[in-house]
Amino acid sequence: MPINPEYLGRSYVAAAPYQVGREKIREFAAAIGESSPLCSDPVAARAGGHADVVAPPTFAIVLTRQFSELAIFDPGLGVDYSRVVHGEQRFSHARPIVAGDELVGTVTIAEIRTAGRNVMLTTRTELTTVAGEPVCTAYSTLVVRGSAPARDR
Amino acid sequence: MAPAYDEVEVGSELPPMTIPVTRLDLVRYCGASGDFNVIHWNERLARSVGLPDVIAHGMFTMAAAGRLVSDWAGDPAAVLEYGVRFSSMVVVPDAAAADVDGARLEVSGVVQEKLPERRVAVSITARSAGAKVLTQARAVVQLA
Repeated sequence: MPINPEYLGRSYVAAAPYQVGREKIREFAAAIGESSPLCSDPVAARAGGHADVVAPPTFAIVLTRQFSELAIFDPGLGVDYSRVVHGEQRFSHARPIVAGDELVGTVTIAEIRTAGRNVMLTTRTELTTVAGEPVCTAYSTLVVRGSAPARDR
Repeated sequence: MAPAYDEVEVGSELPPMTIPVTRLDLVRYCGASGDFNVIHWNERLARSVGLPDVIAHGMFTMAAAGRLVSDWAGDPAAVLEYGVRFSSMVVVPDAAAADVDGARLEVSGVVQEKLPERRVAVSITARSAGAKVLTQARAVVQLA
């Protein structure tokens, strides 16, 4: 199934806030082997100038994976998820995510590019607090294998 | 001890890391991240879609390799930007069934550029079983 190029630039709003929990940050840090007390101990985090325990730099994927499903699973876009491979990922932080944050997101289909028989689909997710403070921008490029239109039929 | 911006030079190497990766690490990352794709924990289903074995989540590899930079900076919050391209799979065999103990991730990094506002760009290299598993891996780090 080909990807619909008319979806370039389309945005999806994830309006239900994600509540960043202290135990979730601890769990994520432990799962990636991050042992900094800033990720687990609120006293150490506050002494380091943070409001609460700090999320590791790639923690935002927990939210952006959920939020970007609004785009990826939009039937009109035409992504066959069984053909998807993660190609690239980037995070740009305006400030660290900390426990207690309530974050919402806007997912935009930023690029649709053909590479051979594959389509490279890039989403940009802007994470902000519910009050609108920018926190993190995540760019995710998915390789959708075999989804470019055939040249000859 | 975190490095000071004034003491860091382009070409300065970060202390390299060897990170063992086991099936248990992947199962734990499934739960922590919410990504339960079967190719990360079920060998039979991974092989059925043409993979050599269970493979690590790209995001697990990215996160584990990112520790090189957050450890060096002494603060995970100092990593302002971090981006990678996933170039090869990290294949994670079953340690219990074989005379192997999972996979290994070899991570190294070098200061690529000194930026304004006491920031530096670090280029990261991550290999497993001889293959580069991340390319164009780059982090921007706030130093003191």
